[in-house]
Amino acid sequence: MKKLLIVLLAAAMLLPLLPVQAEGVVNVFNWEDYVNPEALELFEKETGIKVNYMRFTTNEDMMVQVRTNPAAFDVVFPSDYVIERFVKEDLLMELDFAQVPNADNTLEWLKNPSYDPDHKYSVPYMWGTVGILYDTTRVQGPIDSWQVLFEDTYKGEVFMLDSIRDSMGLALKYLGYSMNTQDPAELKAATDLLVKQKQDGIVKAYQVDETKDKMVAGEGILGVVWSGDAQYAINLNENLAYVVPKEGSNVWVDGMVVPRAAKNPENALKFIDFMSRPEIAQMNCEYIEYSSPNQAAIDLMGEEYLENPNLNPSQEVIDNCEFFHDIQDRITIYNTLWAQVKNAK
Amino acid sequence: MTDMRVPAWGWWLMALGLAGFVAMLAITIRRNRGVRRSLYAWPYTLWMVVFTVLPLILIAYYAFTDKAGSFTLENFANFWDSNRAMKNDLLRQGFDPNALGMGARGTVNVGTLVYSVWMAFLCTVISLVLGYPAAHIMADREFKLGATIVVLFIIPMWMNFLLRTIAWMSLLEDNGLINTLLQGMGLPKLRLMYNSQAVLLGMVYNYLPFMVFPIYNSLSRQDPRLSEAAMDLGADQWTTFRRVTFPISMPGIVSGITMVFMPSVTTFFIPRVLGGGNTEMFGDLIERTFLTADDWNVGSALSLIMMVLILLSLGLLRKVDPEGEGGSLI
Repeated sequence: MKKLLIVLLAAAMLLPLLPVQAEGVVNVFNWEDYVNPEALELFEKETGIKVNYMRFTTNEDMMVQVRTNPAAFDVVFPSDYVIERFVKEDLLMELDFAQVPNADNTLEWLKNPSYDPDHKYSVPYMWGTVGILYDTTRVQGPIDSWQVLFEDTYKGEVFMLDSIRDSMGLALKYLGYSMNTQDPAELKAATDLLVKQKQDGIVKAYQVDETKDKMVAGEGILGVVWSGDAQYAINLNENLAYVVPKEGSNVWVDGMVVPRAAKNPENALKFIDFMSRPEIAQMNCEYIEYSSPNQAAIDLMGEEYLENPNLNPSQEVIDNCEFFHDIQDRITIYNTLWAQVKNAK
Repeated sequence: MTDMRVPAWGWWLMALGLAGFVAMLAITIRRNRGVRRSLYAWPYTLWMVVFTVLPLILIAYYAFTDKAGSFTLENFANFWDSNRAMKNDLLRQGFDPNALGMGARGTVNVGTLVYSVWMAFLCTVISLVLGYPAAHIMADREFKLGATIVVLFIIPMWMNFLLRTIAWMSLLEDNGLINTLLQGMGLPKLRLMYNSQAVLLGMVYNYLPFMVFPIYNSLSRQDPRLSEAAMDLGADQWTTFRRVTFPISMPGIVSGITMVFMPSVTTFFIPRVLGGGNTEMFGDLIERTFLTADDWNVGSALSLIMMVLILLSLGLLRKVDPEGEGGSLI
């Protein structure tokens, strides 16, 4: 009896290892609200591979998790500058593009991106911009500059992003600096601006995924959001509009990568290929409302996509924006300055 | 929201602990006659070792080491001066922090700790002031609805605390229930959310039952003849309460204070939801240090400081109530 019990217990202890090592599984680590759930179902139905889907809120949080336990994930969706960082840290697997034929659908200008210059480690999933979502019925005057985020007019009515690079980046841009500056004096100036904005009572809250729904509900006048969240909110509340400020902003790409330590790399490639299939990319794009890096999907969506400036910003807007790059050894400085902003009283 | 993923070895550890627990229980039950009673303590001991002692050792290890694993007190210096690591980085990269106006001591960590203790103190006091009369009424034998109220206090606790906290948002928002009602009555809207008061409200709401129940327990166990005797001897109601009822409920109060203060001071998440991330509490700070800044060493030092602080306050409570129930929690 006792022996049987021990055997059973030993078997039970192995259980937690099964899901990650079984053949029919792919462990996906993606952003919150960033996929059409139907696409995952279709993938499971078609391939018989079970999708073990996990979510994160900011790049920084995700980086910690992937570094701590890279073997837990088969496909991860980091942004450009994080891909750059991961490549430097040698965390990513070179993709076997023969198994990802649909990667050919990628837009020309994203085929050899600066964060993955030889196009070895990533397939773009979505791209977009950072800008201001605003309530057209309650703003005074035109909204076309980051300036409005620092004006008393909107005291207590501004939602900021609780995300280090995005918030520091827009302050830098407003001051006329690069979002990738390595100059501590410029970072200090941006911090001072954000601290003052908070001390003046302009900021209502620092949040990430909550802002879009709060803006739909009319809880704020201005909100800093990613373009897809903006489009989602605009679809639900026609009084909202989105603008990429004239000082320029951040343009970003989220790619799909496979950690070197992934346990199911074959399934990971199947998943990436499936996500890059035109119909599936279209499905996701129409569901989460970000810009598609997939030419074939764009062709399927046609006019409606091409004529929406939030989804398909003009070349002028894109040229005015910057990609984030890895900030290397300035990370502690960024973190410390951001903590000062968050704790300013 | 952060998706907390448990690393594989964490699952192993949990499975091991659980397996040990079940095995011990099975063995104990099989030979439950003529066995020394101390055997029953085994599963608990094992549980404590795996889930309390080992993690504590890990935290202490991280707190006193640097990234390379050698001994250092730097993490505690970082607590005192939250700008220290940044200034060191600047110096290493050839900048002068003073010339940049970045040379001052960083007060983020100490300030957050002071703020957290203050908020926890307020939360405990408010809970006591609200909770004691509530417990007293519930424990009153004449009061027929007492049991019903006990159930009403318990039912919300069946729901996850995150959910209960998020539910407050739809009450407090600018276009939430309360403001809609105010507006309907022709009154101006109030700014109820995204400030410290909202955070405090959320804390009191979540931790109040932990104050009410220990006090309710000690009051309802009290022999009614004691206060009857006091009355017979000529004490008025107030004197009876002051000299008999209150002193007897002291262990319940101490226990309630402990059970409210401890979770309050380590509160996290509530400030992010109801406070809109405008002020961090120490729990948020520890979370951010681990999960966003990826600094397990400083994060552990912060956790250790927090634990020492809690131990100190427990010791202080023990002084107030030497044989009380408060200390029995640890």
